[in-house]
Amino acid sequence: MALLEVKNLGISFGGLRAVDNLNMSLEKGSLVGLIGPNGAGKTTAFNLLTGVYRPTDGTITLEGSSIVGKTPSEICKAGIARTFQNIRLFQKMSVKDNVKAALHNQFQYSLLESICHVASYKKKEKEMDEKVMEILKVFDLDVYADTFASNLPYGKQRKLEIARALATDPKLLLLDEPAAGMNPNETAELMETIELIRKKFDITILLIEHDMKLVSGICEYLYVLNFGTELANGTPDIVLNDPKVITAYLGE
Amino acid sequence: MSLLNSILEQLINGLRTGSIYALIAIGYTMVYGIAKMINFAHGDIIMVGAYALYVYSSILKLPLVAAIILTVVTCSVLGIITEKIAYKPLRNAPSLAVLITAIGMSFLLQNVALLIFKATPIPFASVVNVSGIRLGSLYLSGTTLVTLGVTVIAMVALTLFVNKTKAGRAMRAVSEDRGAAELMGISVNATISLTFAIGSGLAAVAGILYISQYETLMPTLGALPGIKAFVAAVLGGIGSIPGAMFGGIILGIIESLSKAYISTQLSDAIVYGVLVVVLLVKPSGLLGKLKIEKV
Repeated sequence: MALLEVKNLGISFGGLRAVDNLNMSLEKGSLVGLIGPNGAGKTTAFNLLTGVYRPTDGTITLEGSSIVGKTPSEICKAGIARTFQNIRLFQKMSVKDNVKAALHNQFQYSLLESICHVASYKKKEKEMDEKVMEILKVFDLDVYADTFASNLPYGKQRKLEIARALATDPKLLLLDEPAAGMNPNETAELMETIELIRKKFDITILLIEHDMKLVSGICEYLYVLNFGTELANGTPDIVLNDPKVITAYLGE
Repeated sequence: MSLLNSILEQLINGLRTGSIYALIAIGYTMVYGIAKMINFAHGDIIMVGAYALYVYSSILKLPLVAAIILTVVTCSVLGIITEKIAYKPLRNAPSLAVLITAIGMSFLLQNVALLIFKATPIPFASVVNVSGIRLGSLYLSGTTLVTLGVTVIAMVALTLFVNKTKAGRAMRAVSEDRGAAELMGISVNATISLTFAIGSGLAAVAGILYISQYETLMPTLGALPGIKAFVAAVLGGIGSIPGAMFGGIILGIIESLSKAYISTQLSDAIVYGVLVVVLLVKPSGLLGKLKIEKV
């Protein structure tokens, strides 16, 4: 059974059909790319998958159960986490607290425990700190733990977003243009990081990207969107040489 | 010596009223930070707190500690309910609609109180039974001591809560980016409810302290401290909790000094004048950070 199954997914904003009849199937452990020209509906598709928008038609199932109509926080609990095209970190919180905020659902202690400052509260907070540092180490961000997120250099902010998303313990990680605004060195580093987290955290990754070097370098399978509908899908070497796809990107 | 003494006395008076403003201002600023709205009904929560204490302690004759706890719980629950029925349905509405609703909520609370307790002011002796102390030539009344003590404890507890706990972290995350917080698995509804509960609980505490000082119950008693605390929150930088604490205390001290040395009638005008000047020089308030919108 596929981890994520999307069938005939569509959404209309008034008269605009932003996504229409999208079908996707993601096997567990795969690394899949979602590509397409600007305005093709890629980010809208992410917003549908994470519950930011409610689809007008179609179904989304994660591990066999439907997630349509659930709130974003419920979907996050069910196992889908994401990053954003334009970085949306908690700017005025420390790097550590950004990740810690995402651990919200994995560590439970009641309000009363925290008010009374009992031993269990301290133990849980300590465990959280350890977990945070473990995740930050993977991204070489551990030295910045007490820095405000807004003071990190751009490339590191992008990494922190991925770290924060991973802290929610997802089964499926959605990366929205992770390499946007990065120089070739940073992109190469990012490709390594993505490979690393996929193995280390044993997760499935779906990413939106315009950098074809990254896409062809790490994705095993591609879906191409154009004007909200699916234009092609297949392995990168087939899809990226498909005349239809080239036309959609470059024109006639 | 006597001038110095009287200045010190006025400073302490200012600190006392300022503490009450600060407690109320925290509610305004927290709700603004999380729900991005000015809850104009917040002042009336103080009034509800004062009447609730009266009902629990004078009418039902409950022991004082029980009455105080019940008062705080009543106001917290009221805060959650007002948010759920009046503000939550408007979460995506224009801010003007929310503002008008908040003013409506304020009138509703005042008029329900008027209906139940009538317009005649009810005298209500202070519940604070602590004797004052004398420091040299300076006298600190029991109410002053309790007010300062309670405020310090509440502020320290709140600061620890916001910075050191999971729920506090969730609050900071929601106040920065509600959408991103929700996508990281934080329940926005629960966080907003908690914020209203804490804000209203602090307003209840402020109500109890306020009524211990003025000793008269009226349905409109929350209006003036409410608006002053709002000014304090804006003065300190709305959205910032330390700003609200600071703004409240500063406001109380300015008010008390101008009452004593300039003019009793002009004291309010001076307070608002200071607000105008501060906002002209620093539009985001004393501790507020100016947000630059990138385009």
